[in-house]
Amino acid sequence: MERLGTLRRNKMRVTVAAAASAVLALGLVACSDDGGSGGGGGDEVTIGFMGDLTGENSGLVIPPKQGAELAFEQYNATNPKVKIKFKTYDSQGKPEQATTLVQGAIKQDKIAGLIGPAFSGESQSANPILDEAKVPSVTPSATQITLAEKGWKYWHRVVADDAVQSAGVGEFALRALKAKKVFTVSDNQEYGKGLADNVGNAVKPKGVQVQSDAVDDKATDYSSTVNKIVQFKPELVYFGGYYAVAGRLFKQLKEAGYTGKMMSGDGSLATGLIEGAGEKNAQGALLSCGCLIDAEGKTNEKAKKFATDYKTKFGSEVAIYSTEGFDAATAFIEAVKAGKTSTEDINTFLKTLSFQGVGKPIKFDDKGELAAQDIFVYEVKGNKLPLLGSSKDAQVS
Amino acid sequence: MAFDDFINQFWPSTVDGLALGAIYALVALGYTMVYGVLRLINFAHADIFMVGTFAALWTVQTLGVNSAGGLGLIGLAVLMSVVAGLVSGGGAMLLEVLAYRPLRKKGASRLAALISAIGASILIQQLFGTVIIRWVFGTSKEGGKLPLNEHFVDRSTVIDLGPIEVSNDKLIVFVGAVLMMVALDQFVNRTKLGRGIRSTAQDPETAVLMGVNIDRVVSVTFLVGGVMAGVAAALYFLRFEQAWYLTGFLLGIKAFTAAVLGGIGNLRGALVGGFSLGLFEMYGASLFGSQWRDVVAFSVLILVLMFRPTGILGESLQRARA
Repeated sequence: MERLGTLRRNKMRVTVAAAASAVLALGLVACSDDGGSGGGGGDEVTIGFMGDLTGENSGLVIPPKQGAELAFEQYNATNPKVKIKFKTYDSQGKPEQATTLVQGAIKQDKIAGLIGPAFSGESQSANPILDEAKVPSVTPSATQITLAEKGWKYWHRVVADDAVQSAGVGEFALRALKAKKVFTVSDNQEYGKGLADNVGNAVKPKGVQVQSDAVDDKATDYSSTVNKIVQFKPELVYFGGYYAVAGRLFKQLKEAGYTGKMMSGDGSLATGLIEGAGEKNAQGALLSCGCLIDAEGKTNEKAKKFATDYKTKFGSEVAIYSTEGFDAATAFIEAVKAGKTSTEDINTFLKTLSFQGVGKPIKFDDKGELAAQDIFVYEVKGNKLPLLGSSKDAQVS
Repeated sequence: MAFDDFINQFWPSTVDGLALGAIYALVALGYTMVYGVLRLINFAHADIFMVGTFAALWTVQTLGVNSAGGLGLIGLAVLMSVVAGLVSGGGAMLLEVLAYRPLRKKGASRLAALISAIGASILIQQLFGTVIIRWVFGTSKEGGKLPLNEHFVDRSTVIDLGPIEVSNDKLIVFVGAVLMMVALDQFVNRTKLGRGIRSTAQDPETAVLMGVNIDRVVSVTFLVGGVMAGVAAALYFLRFEQAWYLTGFLLGIKAFTAAVLGGIGNLRGALVGGFSLGLFEMYGASLFGSQWRDVVAFSVLILVLMFRPTGILGESLQRARA
């Protein structure tokens, strides 16, 4: 699988290189074009995908890329009047790289829309440019709260933000875990600290005792934090941060004899968590996410078909944000199907769009946020992370 | 400030602080020995330690151990220490020959050697992150940059005195480290090679006049320091079961700090510094919260250096005793 992945990426790089030279040639021809309308008329439009495809967090971005790829492939296979060309931009999650790439995507490739950028940091620097060029974007995975408050008119996302996630976790802790004491830990980074603090703030007003602590993401020894937790004896430990740190923390917690529930967020929703903590220590650990990974079709029957198609094409199970990648792509496909090919038309169309995706019902509010804001809970079983259910009704054993 | 937390967590903090401090102390020995002989801060020492963690991982994988406890765990710890010690010791000698000896022969300034040390540190890290881990452990290109885990320790509590509970892995780390330090102390103070090291540290020119082969002394110093780092790496791997190409960075800074805290150039100082730093970190974390543990540790360092500029035991002990 790893090999295949590398091969595919290599092939992709070749494609990108070829596309780049083609673009250069095109750019020369299209010099006289004013570039205002974009989207390219005729019988093909280009939709881009931007995110970290080769960097250290690419594990979170390749699944949505593959989801989108699958959606466009299935659409093009129906021989539509207007085909969609899918083009990827590897920002490595870096804001400065995203800024450069997005300008090329708009000016040279004349993308009609963009799926991504995948992370919040790069969104902050790329989306103002997209907004100015009036190119619509749908991100599958950028969850920072403030993105919706920038007043961008061409920005959308198909995932709930961190505030919704914290509230969902709080609700779940009170209802399903009947927590009286909650301990929150963060890696002291913007995403992790925000998530952990908000979980604490969500349960505090309900009379829950909350304590918190932070760990260093570069360190290995978390015994001082573990000692605090073991002494406090909470029903739930919630960690805000990424899976490598979560794995170390959960391992050391279990080894110190902690018996309550351990939970983390979307940044830890990867099998790397189980490897890091050890299969035995990770059992029963819970993960919250605004993303839906539903291989068994628990939530709707479209999810099951998507999971099967995905596995057939890529040889791996649906993973984090692959559903969101597919749904984001579908939003653009619906627009093209309705005969919208210019960036302005597509954006206007997205405002009225409403359909059942392979994950969630897709309908945007006027800020570009999903109207339905669900948080899903996953539980470690064996070496997998199956869906337990929505935070509103999931039950723990 | 949370004094009740401090009191309630006092014993667990002490046990964890000593287990962590033992590893700091073993790594600090390498810094301090090289400094004593060459007046050089060998920044690549932290990466020699990192190489050792991978050697320990390789040992466990090759043996195929997946649950070791009791005597088996002790045997495994010894075996891992031997393999990691050899790999790290050899690596450290090679490092000296490639990165420091040519500069020393040319009479380059100490600053040049320092830059060479930093360069070697980065080179080793990147070689491991991009190539070596991929070759040896067969990971993918991206996988080489992620921490590798191997779960093989069957943990149990072996000492239970009410508030003081010590698990088998922490006990092995502590005892193993102390044994190594005693052995090193005996080596430096009792053997002929040890006398050579001491005389070079005291006055290299006179040592040469007395027939000490400096190149050999320097090689032995790097070898011994590397072996200590390798054993530290094996114990670290036993405790945390994780190897990562960037592990050396933070741990190296801490161990170097421990060496300075105890008095750099002073072997017993490295020991005192390592254990004090481990304990300060843990006590600081229970008093102020874990995000403050490094701040507390470094504040203590600055305070100590203000009143005792040469560290707790002072550089002079080595001078006089050596």
